[in-house]
Formats: sequence, structure tokens, C-alpha cells
Amino acid sequence: MKIIVGVSLVPDSTTKVKIGADKKTIDEAGVSYILNPYDEFAVEEALQLKEKNGGEVIAISFGTDKAKEAIKKAFQMGAEKGVLIKSATADFDTYTAAKNLADYIKGQSPDLVLFGKTSIDFDGLSVPAMVAEMIDYPCINVVVKLDINGNEITAEREIEGGKEIVVSTLPAVIGTQKGINNPRYPNLKSIMASKSKPVEEVAPTYNGNKYEVTEMKLPPAKSAGKIFTNGAADVPELVKLLREEAKVI
Amino acid sequence: MSNKILAFVESKDGKFKNSAFEVVSEAKKLSGELGCEFEVLTIGSGVDAEAENLGSYGATKVLVVDLNDLNAKSKFPGTQYSHSAFAKVVAETGSQKGANIILISGTGLGKEIAPRVAIKTDSAFCQDCVALHVDSGNIVATKPVYAGKSMIDMKFNGDKILITLRPNVFKPTKSGDAKAAIEKVDVGSLNITDKDFSSAVKEVVVSSEKLDVAEADIIVSGGRGLRGPENFHLVETLAGVLGAATGASRAVVDAGWRGHGEQVGQTGKTVSPSLYIAVGISGAIQHLAGMSSSKCIVAINKDKDAPIFQIADYGMVGDAFEILPALTDEFKKVLGS
Repeated sequence: MKIIVGVSLVPDSTTKVKIGADKKTIDEAGVSYILNPYDEFAVEEALQLKEKNGGEVIAISFGTDKAKEAIKKAFQMGAEKGVLIKSATADFDTYTAAKNLADYIKGQSPDLVLFGKTSIDFDGLSVPAMVAEMIDYPCINVVVKLDINGNEITAEREIEGGKEIVVSTLPAVIGTQKGINNPRYPNLKSIMASKSKPVEEVAPTYNGNKYEVTEMKLPPAKSAGKIFTNGAADVPELVKLLREEAKVI
Repeated sequence: MSNKILAFVESKDGKFKNSAFEVVSEAKKLSGELGCEFEVLTIGSGVDAEAENLGSYGATKVLVVDLNDLNAKSKFPGTQYSHSAFAKVVAETGSQKGANIILISGTGLGKEIAPRVAIKTDSAFCQDCVALHVDSGNIVATKPVYAGKSMIDMKFNGDKILITLRPNVFKPTKSGDAKAAIEKVDVGSLNITDKDFSSAVKEVVVSSEKLDVAEADIIVSGGRGLRGPENFHLVETLAGVLGAATGASRAVVDAGWRGHGEQVGQTGKTVSPSLYIAVGISGAIQHLAGMSSSKCIVAINKDKDAPIFQIADYGMVGDAFEILPALTDEFKKVLGS
């Protein structure tokens, strides 16, 4: 089974965002970067499928040189091969990322493509379906359970208040959601082994964003709230304010 | 070229969710600002009566594609609906009607089909928009990034644009009681083949009768301050009185006290209810990212320095085990339940 896993490098979720000098991106000073948390589920799922069915796991990323860190994390978890589609600029949109990934993936004809359901930076929840559409594969995103039997796929997809049971066939693109598995921690041996694995670099095939960011801003600041310190004795006053001042009850 | 808007709204069992009214209202508003027409599209069976009522939100015409006719094209037996086929219907209807701007509600279904429609129609795409305005004839969409820690304004290259609207953010606006005209769209006219059914939903499992945080207007969330899963009944009781959904912090989900479906925050759900009550949640930045756009936030925590108080409209510094039951009783009293 040939499995391609798309990975991306994102600011750590504990990052406090500061707006950069260009007013369009974040100030990267002091920001630490991690493998997108949802991608860990994708890598883990790929590894489990490979361990069960044989084959290989190729981690790919579209981005600047820095994105290699995401591929290296996938190496540490156990991916065999890594490919960076190297963008000359960090100024690319979701479409451009999806298009470059799709062009590379198409040439590889994998049986399965896995992505995290979304990346926690731009949170578009769209790269898996966009890539699938571009390479004419089926796509199921936000998957919490994946069963593959021969060519047949049965997946559970999380929705509001429940889940959908979705059927499809290989080859396919799957986006992983928390709950699908428990990503392994790299052990010392795999970390050592990952160090000698090269990341192959390929040239991008497309640039030409479909949107531009005209401004990045912080969400409107909230004014200081009312603080009560007398415990249950203040409850009637709070409820009164919620009804008469905030008018939410 | 002149603009035209298509608003796709979801219907289920012949009914529309609030998010549908929000999208129709926003399409109406945008069409006014751009000086263009808009039409509404839905896929369903037995939906005509409710579709006519979309007229009260400003729709003059609603295109209806019959779900059973559509599903008859599926290669998967027992298809209830298919995201890929829905995407084809939206893209094809959009181009047949000459719509260059498509608005879709960012529900679980909407977000799943929208990226496909964007590629099929070669549109610039904004997922999860929270504000729209027109600047010198160009649409500017605002979208939260970094889990709501910052916002970006996006301008689109070209004139084909697809936007999903975050539910519960845009205001549904009734503009009268006019009925919309219904136009049946024959599935046969949409060039659908079994290839458009690349996947299909065979079953929808409702996890519980409980209201989901993503759809709730009021949420009561619990964190580690509740000390153990056995104490969450206090949160549930309050939620019950308020008709609210129950939420949870990542810490208690990771500890296995609550299911992931309840998790609010960066790796859980992003919510913007009218009222968010955080109990025993300190307010880690990942949690705040998922709920800070709530209209009114009440925080209950014994640590007066907890970060949650910085974004709370009303904060109660004190013992949750004392305050929660008192709050439940007080709400029972004033709500007469």
C-alpha cells in the first residue's frame, strides 16, 4: 500500500499571536513551531496501515525550507520517505498549497492520501477536499474511524451532534480528526534513524494565489468584566445582570 | 461582468436550520450592496413548503433539487446523501444560473462540500467567514486564523468567489412575509453521473439526544476545577435548566472525563454562543481561542488570577461546588422551571 501523508508546520497552539510589521502576517519572533496536531493522527494512521498491509509511507509538505521540520517529525514517528515541495515564499494561499500537493501526488498514484483534517494556523478545513478534487479521488474528512477492506472504505465522520457512516473506495483522500488513534511518541531509535533520512526537494508547479490578505488584526479587545467575590451570595445579582444587562437569558 | 449570487442552504427532513436563514439574509444584504440578483438553492425532498417561507428572509426564488432523484444516481446502495454529489449540484447549478458568487453555511456539511465546489468552479475561496463587506465594489471577507487569536481580511482575485459563513455569527433578518417562488431543478439537467458519487453517507448516527456545543445558543463548560468526572452532573443540571449544551476543556477530555465531542478550543470545536459559562476552567490560550467570540462569557473559578477572567464579562471568584447549585436554583426560580 502506497500511502502519502501531507504534513505542515504550524505555530505551537500556545503561541500568543502578535501582528507583524507588514500588518498581514504574524510576528514570528519567539514563535515555536510544531507539526500540525491533526497531522500526527494522519501519520499514525498511515503507519498503522503500513504495519498491517505492508507498503510505504511518504510524508510530503508544501512550504519554505522550514517545513522540513514537519517532515522530520514524520520521520521520527516512522515515515520512510519525505518530500518537500519547496516554495520560494511563505506568501501562498490554500489553493496554491493544494495545487502543488495535488500535482505531486498525482504523479505518484498512491493508494491512499492522508491529511490532518485542518491545519491549526489558517484552519481552512479544505486542503484534503481540494487536493482530492484536483486529482479526482474521493475524499472523506473529519474521520474518527477508518476501516479499509480490500478496496472498500467505511469511515466514521464527526458532525454536529453525531457522526456519519460514509462509504467509498480506494484510492482516496482521508482527513483525520482527533479520536481516530493515539499518535505514537518517537523513541530514541527512531529519532536516531530519522537523522540520516534525506528530505527530497522538488520544485513547485504553481504559484498564483486566489486571494490576498489585505490586513491582519487582533480580535476586538473586551472591556473589563464585572467580578464577584462573595460566592453563592452574589448569584442572584449575576442572574439579574444576565437577564437585564446582557439580555442573554 | 455583472454579479449574481447563489446561496446554498441545507435542509433536513423538510426543514431548515437557523444557519440557512443566516445565509439567505446575508445573501440578500450582499445582493443589495452589490446591486445584483440572488437565488437560493437547496437539496431535499418534501421541502417546498418550508422553502417558500425563505421568502420572509428576502429570497424571491428558491431552486429545489429533489434528494431522492439525486440519490437514484448513486452507485452505493442505501445512499442517504453524498457530499461529492452535493458539491456537483451546487457547482453545476451555479454555472447554469450564471452565479459567480456562492455563499454556503459553514456547517459540517457545508464545510465538507465547499472546498470541492471551489475547485469545480475555479473560485477563490474563504472558509469560515465571520464578516463580509463590500469595498469599492469588491467583496472583503473576514476570517479568524490561528484559532481566533487573530483575524484576516481577504480580497479575492478574479470574480468567482465562494464563501462559507460561520454559523451563529450572521444575523437572520426577517424582511416581511412574502413567499419565495419555487423552481424545481431536474436532476437530469445537472450532468450527474455515478462518478459524482465518489463517496456516500449510508447512515447518520446521533450520538445522544444532547445538544451539540457547535449548535447551542448557551453552553455550560466544565474543566479540571470540577476535580473529577463524577462532579459533572452539576454542569449537566445547570445546562438542563438553561436548555444549554455541555462543553469541556481539553484537559478533562484528555483525562477521559468527557468525550471529545464536547471539547471546546483549538483542537476541539470553535463556538460563539450567546452565553458561555466556564466552570473551573482556567482559560488556557487554546481554550480561549475556541470560545472568546461568545457574546457573553461568565467565568467561575476559585483562582482570581485565572486567565479566563480577562475575557469574562462576568466573573465569579469562588468555589464552583457552592456557586453552581446556587446558580441552578436561581435560574430555576427566575425561569419558572
